[in-house]
Amino acid sequence: MNVYFRVITVFFLTAILSMAGSTLMADDYPSKGVNYVIPFGPGGESDITARHQQPFFKKLFGQDLIISYKPGGGGAVGWSQLNKMKGDGYNIMGINLPHIIVKPQEKAVGFTTEDIAGVYMFHYTPDAIVVTNDSEFETLDDLIAYAKENPGKITFSGSGKGTANHLAQLRFDKMAGIKTTYVAFKGTGAAVTALLGKQVVAEWGYTSVGAKQAEKARMLAVAMDERHPEFPDIPTFKELGFDLVSGAFRGIAVPTSTPEDIRMKLSDMIGQINADPEFRKRMEADGMALLDVDYKGYQAFIDEQAKVMLEAAREANVIK
Amino acid sequence: MPGIEFLLAALTPLNIVLALGGVIAGTVIGSLPGLTATMAVAVLVPITFSMEPTSALIMMGAIYTGAIYGGAYSAILLNTPGTPSAIATTFDGFPLARKGQGDLAISIACIASVTGGLVGATFLLLLAPPLAEIALAFGPVEYFWLAIFGLTLISALSEGNLLKGLIGACFGLLLACVGIAEISADVRFIFGSQVLLGGIETVTALIGLYCIPVLIDLVATPDRHLKVDHKPRGFRFLEALALSWKAKFSLIRSSVIGTLVGILPGAGGSIAGLVAYTEARRTSKNSHNFGKGEPEGVMATESANNATVGGGFIPTLVLGIPGTPPDAVILGALLIQGIRTGPSLFTEKASIVFTFIYGLYLATFLMLPVGLVIGRYAYQTIITVPKAMLVPTVAFMTMIGTYAIRNSISDVIIMIILGVVGWILNRFGFSPSPIVLGLILGRIAEQGFVQAWTIGSATGELWKMFFGRPISLAIIAFILLSLFYPLLRSRFGRAKTEVAHGE
Repeated sequence: MNVYFRVITVFFLTAILSMAGSTLMADDYPSKGVNYVIPFGPGGESDITARHQQPFFKKLFGQDLIISYKPGGGGAVGWSQLNKMKGDGYNIMGINLPHIIVKPQEKAVGFTTEDIAGVYMFHYTPDAIVVTNDSEFETLDDLIAYAKENPGKITFSGSGKGTANHLAQLRFDKMAGIKTTYVAFKGTGAAVTALLGKQVVAEWGYTSVGAKQAEKARMLAVAMDERHPEFPDIPTFKELGFDLVSGAFRGIAVPTSTPEDIRMKLSDMIGQINADPEFRKRMEADGMALLDVDYKGYQAFIDEQAKVMLEAAREANVIK
Repeated sequence: MPGIEFLLAALTPLNIVLALGGVIAGTVIGSLPGLTATMAVAVLVPITFSMEPTSALIMMGAIYTGAIYGGAYSAILLNTPGTPSAIATTFDGFPLARKGQGDLAISIACIASVTGGLVGATFLLLLAPPLAEIALAFGPVEYFWLAIFGLTLISALSEGNLLKGLIGACFGLLLACVGIAEISADVRFIFGSQVLLGGIETVTALIGLYCIPVLIDLVATPDRHLKVDHKPRGFRFLEALALSWKAKFSLIRSSVIGTLVGILPGAGGSIAGLVAYTEARRTSKNSHNFGKGEPEGVMATESANNATVGGGFIPTLVLGIPGTPPDAVILGALLIQGIRTGPSLFTEKASIVFTFIYGLYLATFLMLPVGLVIGRYAYQTIITVPKAMLVPTVAFMTMIGTYAIRNSISDVIIMIILGVVGWILNRFGFSPSPIVLGLILGRIAEQGFVQAWTIGSATGELWKMFFGRPISLAIIAFILLSLFYPLLRSRFGRAKTEVAHGE
């Protein structure tokens, strides 16, 4: 009898607690470590920026941000499994543009852009044209002039196909009325190696390449609205007359089963990390540009980017 | 020696403890199939945030060094390379273990790894900036030819069985095509299945093709796993040392090969081990014994793959270009610590760089006692544990290891299927190595070819691109040599025997 009574009590207590748990979830959140899945391998830029967030998450919210990796298929392996994870706010995943917009349009990759419940886009790595220090091209105009005289002869290394680098090359060629050759490499590291080894004339890279390779390479222009605080001397494409603001955008998504209030809370939290002056300083020193697209603004942002990116990809036959 | 004053800075008690802990953790993790050096380092990155940059670097370097050596255990005792770098260690390591010489093989691997590590670290210390230029001199076309060279080594490795070796390699090349192509973003051979989208991971194939057939055979045959006809007999350290001393030139040559291949960001430990192995076999007096349990074979790969550690750090520290996948993780950790890599790192941040390099020496020296002790323990465990325990434990580990590669159950399924396929192919005399080589090298060759072709046609110098660059021509010469070597050797070999008979 006694035992029976105890079992019943425990059962009810558990039931009550779990109910209370679900209503209190957003208030308590996060009450334990949050699992942060990066759909790329360790050591890449997605990993490094997540690593930058890690200590600030702990500092501001007292819980650990536990980073793990699910690489493969240029992120597709991770994203196709995102919605199978438990939607309790303790499973979040890094997302990247243009990947989540362009990839599902290329082939069936196991997810669609709409499947991904993004809550925040927290930074982007702006595209930039990078040349070696001893390059004959001093300005963007030099490069355009050469390309006009020698169509197709300028070779750009870049990371992957249908990626930010590739789309920037396609869009810029059209804007400047030139024809250049894009050579896809496996990741930014390989693309930089090809540039420094003079296998190619220039690289469609990122401002982060300019920051890391400051001793050997320089940028001709950066695809930002305003000049990057780390590189006050490098002009933007806009200043030079080309309306190109682009790059690899990174954000955080949750499984679609995640409750609305948790999504809001998470969006606020990532915004708070972004607002931390020390975090901003570290990110900018690496050549990143911070971005604040929160949960409410996410859809409009994706729609706007999708229009531009898909048009460029379609014209280049990357997608049909 | 440059920066000798930093030697003392590296030798603080804290750093020694970190290096020791790192080597132990690395050796254990590396010995488990599937848990790679990259993962070992990545898991520990958050711990290093709170450390001084030099201590963090020393610890990561120690883990990396240990993990590369640890891969030899499972290669020798289970015929399963713990990391891709240890593929060629299975060629002679496992036959040695079969003959009851597993303890000797492990001690030899330890001495060779320490030698390789020291040679690699010495190149890093003395010649890093000039050697980093090698990484830049290798363009797409050089990687293409290097991969082709690696494929021709199959002909050298599968003597007498060339056709089967080539068929295996072609199967591997097909496997390399599965999934989203790295360069062109094409989706190939996935047969509508999401499981295959991410392609076949090298480590998944390693575990499946090497380990599963061993497990099936263990269950299918009544024999013991390894032959044991003796009482435990210590480390056999002196015996191993004497053997290593006899092969000292081969050991140094393999270490130099390992360092040079390690500098190339697109190559890696598996190629280093293979090139060193075939080179050792070509020049050895015992070349007929290679593949049947020749200690020199184990020495060649194990010294070469540990030399890639120091070699890989050369482009990482000088150019900010990771030489190997674990280097990418370490580079990321450095960035977060606020350290910029580049040529000036060696002058402006000399204290960090040189303390780290001496830390690498420290870790390499510590690997000798640690490696011998853990190695002996691993050997004793494998030979004393009854088969009924060994098989399920190893089977379990292969699943965990495969799952851990990218937290994906699909990889486990792929691993098991490949394992069964590998077992069946083994029955018909196909060995797993050509398949795995095809898988690894196919990707490198394809990328290099597509890039070289694109650049070559853009500049209108396609012909010159492939056949007009000095390094390419040198590699092509090696390819021809390695292709025709078995032919030449059998001719000259016959001539020699005839002479011998005539005497």
